[in-house]
Amino acid sequence: MTTAPQTELKRALAAAGYVADDTLAMALHLAVTLGRPLLLEGPAGVGKTEIAKALAEVRQARLIRLQCYEGLDASHAIYEWNYQRQLLAIRADGAREETLFSDRFLLRRPLLEAITQAEPPVLLIDEIDRADEEFEAYLLEILSEFQITIPELGTITATTRPLVILTANGTRDLSDALRRRCLYAYVDYPDRDTELAILARRGPALEARLARQIVGVVQALRREELEKKPGIAEMLDWAAALSGLGINDLTEDRAALQATLVCLLKTAADRDAAPPELLDRIIGKVA
Amino acid sequence: MQATRFPARAEGLADRMTGFVAHLRMNGLKLGPQETSDALAVLAEVEATDPDQARQALKVLLVPDAEGWRNFDALFDAYWFNAGRTRQRSTSAHVRTQSARPQLWQAHLGGDAGGAEGEGETAPGSGEGAAEGIDGRLIATRTQNLRKRDLRELMDEESRRAAERAARDLARAIRDRRSRRRRQALRGSQLDLRRILRASLARGGEPLDLHRRTRPERPMRIVALCDVSGSMTVYARVFLAFIKGLVDADTTADAYLFHTRLLRVTPALRDRDSLRAAGRLSLMAEGFGGGTDIGASLAAFADAYAARALSRRTVVIVLSDGYCTGTPEALAAALARIRRRARRIVWLNPLLGWTGYAPVAAAMAAALPHLDAHLPANTIDALAALETEFARL
Repeated sequence: MTTAPQTELKRALAAAGYVADDTLAMALHLAVTLGRPLLLEGPAGVGKTEIAKALAEVRQARLIRLQCYEGLDASHAIYEWNYQRQLLAIRADGAREETLFSDRFLLRRPLLEAITQAEPPVLLIDEIDRADEEFEAYLLEILSEFQITIPELGTITATTRPLVILTANGTRDLSDALRRRCLYAYVDYPDRDTELAILARRGPALEARLARQIVGVVQALRREELEKKPGIAEMLDWAAALSGLGINDLTEDRAALQATLVCLLKTAADRDAAPPELLDRIIGKVA
Repeated sequence: MQATRFPARAEGLADRMTGFVAHLRMNGLKLGPQETSDALAVLAEVEATDPDQARQALKVLLVPDAEGWRNFDALFDAYWFNAGRTRQRSTSAHVRTQSARPQLWQAHLGGDAGGAEGEGETAPGSGEGAAEGIDGRLIATRTQNLRKRDLRELMDEESRRAAERAARDLARAIRDRRSRRRRQALRGSQLDLRRILRASLARGGEPLDLHRRTRPERPMRIVALCDVSGSMTVYARVFLAFIKGLVDADTTADAYLFHTRLLRVTPALRDRDSLRAAGRLSLMAEGFGGGTDIGASLAAFADAYAARALSRRTVVIVLSDGYCTGTPEALAAALARIRRRARRIVWLNPLLGWTGYAPVAAAMAAALPHLDAHLPANTIDALAALETEFARL
């Protein structure tokens, strides 16, 4: 077995607090070496956004985040003129037109910001499937050419190529065109060992036995029919809550335990779907 | 799933990679020639002789979506390791079907596979050898085929047309809901004077930003779940034509069949050739005419598809007679889950058209509280009459 090129990246990510599996590390490695955008899909709460944060930390790069939403348009994502200041400038010292449309009055939004950095940043385009199709199409040009045209200023070409990470939750189907331009990785809920490692790195200091119980319960809950399956963030919240309450063993204090379930179960239906008996059974198994 | 020897004529990596991309393409991944060269470039970045690394790198590069992500490993093994040989026997049943497939299919599958020489070469093998495909090719089935019934025998042209027409009218009645209120929009017929005025204050009283308003379209989306179990066989012809009509009339509609399992059939129904669509369906509808487990099927729908298929603007149509081998509680729970995500659930029941029918079956009784409407659908006329009912919903 030759050492994989992504091993080093994996180790660095782990040092930054992110436990990645081999395929994901390979995806990130290729995104870095090939300079292609990386599209991450998967259920909510598996840490897709965290990947970008960890990667920015590893590369010691700035993280520029664009949160997508319905109705997101160019003026929120790319640039906008600062009309108020332009008006003020006209009133105050009768500024001429050339100076009005200059860098001074340009409000850089995340995409323009990302391509004008001296050091290549990590650009996180979060939940791209929430944005409209028009915006997705607009993004295609920026992602392949890395240049933005501002009518009054001309074309701004990227000084450095940002490392682009896109995330999607499956709110709607993304276009084939976007998928084709991106590398792709599907991020699923972690397996037991990975989740233990995540808890060990990110969570509060816990006894090994309690950590095993926590991960066991969360993994068992994910197999139940829940509307909103608990993600990694929920698991970490729960671990923090348990350690805050001083619970050392899940089998001991059932009443307190039931109260802490608000960290894991986020809808009324799910709370009904996970009655105390179910919890008893799960804990009985993992204890 | 079935695979394949390497082409004896393959020369070097580039040739094999071309074959691999073609193999993925045959199995439904949309890949162009650009991807082949990208794949070769990617292999230069990793240790290409290490199968794990090559697998990971190619997976990241070539897979476009979640479904491909799940299938890729098997496809990879099938191509590079001839793994089809060792795969389970269930494949051979498929190969037999392929050879027995009516002429009608050949054209369809040939088109689907995208290979010009595709079908002509698929010499069906026998016994163990059946797992072997042709040179460098793999033929994968998306579903297992246990029992089949050709739905075409159930379809005569006239009633099919009538059912489709009824469905189209129905879809239109549900879909065309335009809001009376206007909301702000980038493009719109009206200027939003209030916002323009407000924004102009920040610009020194100059109305620089022209905000607009439009009437948002609020189409209702239709999701149809059709029971194709044994007790429904006599209605299957009409109902299938009906859901085909629904899907045809509305590009956002979604259709599923269920008996003991649930199956998404929207892509098959979108086929413009109705007979061919029926043929594709009958291949997919294994176990057609068997038992029913409505509760489990609806739960499967809620698990796998609901998040994407349902919204607050969705009407779920269940076509079933309510005879169910599962427990009524499971059915009620599944309906409650769907109800929370969808706008309405309408149950079309062929038995309801019978005089003297009362929903006394335990399953139906358990389902009723979760339904917005429980309507008869035993004849095409009854289906056509639904339009006015739906317009009221």
